[in-house]
Amino acid sequence: MQKYSFRYFKEKIAESILLLSSLFTSIAVIFIIIFLFKEGYGLFNEKPIEKGYNLSIHPSNKLNNLTAKQIKLIFDRNVTNWKDLGGDDRKINLLTIEKMTDIYTKKELGEGFEYLSLKINEYVIKDSGVVAFFAEQFLDANFKGKKVLIDDNKIKDFITDKEWYPTASPAAQFGTLSLIMGTLWVSLGAILFALPFGLSAAIFLAEVSNPKLRNILKPLIELLAGIPSVVYGFFGLVVIVPFIQQLFNLPVGETALAGSLVLGIMALPTIITISEDALRTTPQSLKEASLALGATRWQTILKVTIPYSISGITAAVMLGMGRAIGETMAVLMVTGNAAVIPTSFLQPIRTIPATIAAELGEAPAGGIHFKALFALGIILFLITLIINLTVEFIKISKKSPRL
Amino acid sequence: MKRNNRLKEKIAFTIFSIVSFIIVIILFLIIAFIFVNGISVISWDFISKMPTDGMTGGGILPAIVGTLCLMLGSIVFSFPIGVLSGIFINEYLKDSIFKKFLSLMTNNLAGVPSIVFGLFGMSLFVNHLNFGDSIIAGSLTLGLLTLPVIITTTEEALKSVDNSVRIGSYALGASKLQTIKRVVLPIAYPNIITGLILSLSRVSGETAPILFTVAAYFLPRLPNSMFDQVMALPYHLYVLTTSGTNIEQSRPMAYGTALVLILIVLIFNLIANIIRKKLGQNVKMK
Repeated sequence: MQKYSFRYFKEKIAESILLLSSLFTSIAVIFIIIFLFKEGYGLFNEKPIEKGYNLSIHPSNKLNNLTAKQIKLIFDRNVTNWKDLGGDDRKINLLTIEKMTDIYTKKELGEGFEYLSLKINEYVIKDSGVVAFFAEQFLDANFKGKKVLIDDNKIKDFITDKEWYPTASPAAQFGTLSLIMGTLWVSLGAILFALPFGLSAAIFLAEVSNPKLRNILKPLIELLAGIPSVVYGFFGLVVIVPFIQQLFNLPVGETALAGSLVLGIMALPTIITISEDALRTTPQSLKEASLALGATRWQTILKVTIPYSISGITAAVMLGMGRAIGETMAVLMVTGNAAVIPTSFLQPIRTIPATIAAELGEAPAGGIHFKALFALGIILFLITLIINLTVEFIKISKKSPRL
Repeated sequence: MKRNNRLKEKIAFTIFSIVSFIIVIILFLIIAFIFVNGISVISWDFISKMPTDGMTGGGILPAIVGTLCLMLGSIVFSFPIGVLSGIFINEYLKDSIFKKFLSLMTNNLAGVPSIVFGLFGMSLFVNHLNFGDSIIAGSLTLGLLTLPVIITTTEEALKSVDNSVRIGSYALGASKLQTIKRVVLPIAYPNIITGLILSLSRVSGETAPILFTVAAYFLPRLPNSMFDQVMALPYHLYVLTTSGTNIEQSRPMAYGTALVLILIVLIFNLIANIIRKKLGQNVKMK
C-alpha cells in the first residue's frame, strides 16, 4: 500500500475512530468515579444539622462543640444531664419553637412573633442547662447564648456508626455500618446457598453429563440470568416471603433469609457458567493420567480437576458475590429494609443498594441526604471494584502455571 | 475398596444431576408461576390501553412503549461504540499492556452495580447536562450498562473467526480495513447480533438505572420527544407490587406485567439461540 494515498488515510481514520470507541469504557469508569466523588464527598464538608439552623447553649456551659450523635442523644432525651457529655452537672433543658409558645403567651411573643428573638435571648441567659434549637433568623442581633460548634460529618463515623437517620431533626445521622453489614450478610447468605448448588451443577455440566444433555441444560441455566431482577423480586415477594413467614411463624416474612434465597438463585448462573468454564480448562492429559492410575472419575474430579481449576472457581464465587452485593430491586422488595445490624437471618435487614433506590427519589438534589446517598454509592462502587480487581488478579496469576 | 469408590462416585454424580435438575426446575417454577397467574390478564386491551382506576384497571401500553423506547435508545448509543471497540481490541491490538488495561476497564464497567449507574446517570445526564428525567438520560445510562456486554460478545465473535481467513484476504492484497469489512465481519456478525439481542433483553428488565433517570410512576400518555419521561415495564411492575395506591387490587395487573416482561426475555433469548445455532452450521460448512 502506498503511503499518503487515499486508502492509507482511510485506514488511519478508521483506526483512530476504533481507538476512540475503545477508550469509551475507560472514560465511563473514570467519569463514574469523578461524579460519585463529586456529589458524595461533599457530605464530609457539611454539618449534620439543617442549613440555616443554630444550636446554642448557656454562655457558662463548658462544652464548645457537639457531634451529631450527641445531638441525637439530647433530642431523643436519652441523655438528660450535661455531665454525661463532659460538661457540668446540670439538667439538660431543650428549647424549641414549640416550647417557646408553651412558656410564653401569645401576647408576650407578639402577634407576628416579633418579640420571639428577644424572648429566646432572655431565656437562654436565664437557664444554665438550656440547649436551644432555632433558625438563624430568630436569633437576636446581640444574641448572648453560646453557639455550639458542630463537627462536619467524618468519614470514620460514616463507616463505623450504626445509626442511619438521614432526615432526623435537628441532626441527621449518617452511620452506614448497619447497611454495610446488611449488604454483606445477605450476600454471604446467598453465596452459602448458591455455592454448593452452583458448583455441583458446574461439575455435572463439565464432567458428568453427556454433551446432548449439556446443550439443553446450559441455555436454560443461562436463561436464569436473563430474568429481570424485578421479576425475581416480585416472585420472592408473592411466593418466598409468605412461605418463610409461615414456615418459621414470623410476624413478617420480609427477612434476610428471603433476600439470600432470591439473591442465591440470581447468583447461580454466574457461578455455574464461570466455574464450568474453569473446570473445562483442565488439560485432558492430566485427567487421563489420573484415570490411568486407576482413580475413578469422581476421584479425578476431586483430586485433579477441582484443585487445578480452584482459582477459576474462586473467581466465580467472587463474581457471584459481587452480583449479589450490587443487586438492588429484588433485595429492596423482599428484605423488609430495616436499618439495623443483623443478628439473625429471620429478621428484616437493609442493604446499601436498596437504601439508595428507596431514598434518592425523596432526597432533594444537592442536599445533605442526597450527598450521603452518593457517598453510599462510593462505598458500593469501591466494594465491587475491589472484587473485580481481585478476580482480574486471580485470572492473571492463574496463567503462569499452565502445563 | 474399589467397589466402595465406585459407589461413592455413583452417589456424588447422582447428587450433581439432581442438583442440576433442581436448578432447572426452579427456573420452570418461576416462569410457570408467572405464566399461570398472568395469562388470564393478558388480552389485546391489556397491551393496547392506558392504565386506569389508580393502576388497577386498563392496560400497560405506555410502559410497553416506554421500554421499547429505552431499548432502542440505549442500543443506538451502545451498539456502534461497543462493536467498534470490540473490533479495535481484537483486530488491532497485540497482547500488550494497553489491551490488558482496556479489558480490565471493560470488566470493571461490567461489574459496576446497576444502582451506581443510576446514581451516575442522574448526576451527569439528568442534573449536569440538564436533560431532566427523560428518555435520552435513561437510554444513555442503560447504554453504558450494556456497553461491556456488547464489547465482550463482539470480541468473542471476532476471536472465533479463523485466522487463516484473514491471512488469505491479506494474501489477495486486501488492506486491514477491507479484510475486516468484507471478510471478518460477515463471518462474525451472527454472534455479534446475538450479543445485541441479549443486551436488548437485559435493557428491557433493568430497573435500578432508570429509577432516577427516566421512569415515571404514572403517566398515561405516550412520549412526544426524547426529552419526555416515560413509564417502563420493570418499574411499573415494581410500583404495582410495592408502592401502588391499591396493591391488592392491582395484583392481577402486576402478574400481567411480569408475564409481558418474561415473554420479552424468553423471546429474545430464543432468537439469540436460533441465530447462534445457525452460525454453528455456517462454521461446519466452511
